[in-house]
Amino acid sequence: MNEDHPIARVEPLLLIAIGGFVGATLRYAVSAALPGGFPWGTLAVNALGSFALGLLLYEARLTDLLSAETRLTLGTGLLSSFTTYSTFAVETTALDPAMALVNVGANYALGFLAVIAARAVTRGSLP
Amino acid sequence: MTSPAVLVGVGGVLGAIARHLVGARIETDTADTCAVNVLGSAALGLLVTVPIGSGLTSVFATGFCGAFTTFSSFAFETIRLYETGRRRRAIANAVGTLSAALVGVALGAGVGHALGAVL
Repeated sequence: MNEDHPIARVEPLLLIAIGGFVGATLRYAVSAALPGGFPWGTLAVNALGSFALGLLLYEARLTDLLSAETRLTLGTGLLSSFTTYSTFAVETTALDPAMALVNVGANYALGFLAVIAARAVTRGSLP
Repeated sequence: MTSPAVLVGVGGVLGAIARHLVGARIETDTADTCAVNVLGSAALGLLVTVPIGSGLTSVFATGFCGAFTTFSSFAFETIRLYETGRRRRAIANAVGTLSAALVGVALGAGVGHALGAVL
């Protein structure tokens, strides 16, 4: 299809829309399934989503098997919408100071470790 | 009554597209991701202090703000900075995003409380 065709121009937005719908709905489902009292849901989606985005982007860098459209749908759409910084920030301010520190430490440590683990998995899986 | 999951999904569509349209692309510049995270945190701080009802909360708070901001891109970009030798920028990104987002939440909540007093 010609790149100037209107459908070609809105295609990225449609792919991001599909990913965004699925990602936000999955985040809602995970939060609803986990116990309250501590923001477990946000911690779970942020750690899982960081790991999955790490797999997607390191794979793109190393092997480039996936198409740009797949990366847009899954990365920019689904995983970026599945994880959330605003909910993490608001939930942190609602906790008492000690638990707020635990929440920041847990989200940052698990999020960063998830990306590092994804890099290790991606490199280990190369032929 | 539309299911909350569907309302969150609709907000997620708008949030993800808005994030893309303001130019916050993964791996381009950490300032983009920082900006959406701080703006979205301020907006959510405002939304949770104003009683807008459960339907609008699902669309705009959980859906839109949740999807507009992103933890995965933030984590990936921070690790990329660190592993490519830009360690100070990585630490500044991690600490700076957190500080600015928390200030954003407080400012948003302040505006929300002020609005609540007026309305």
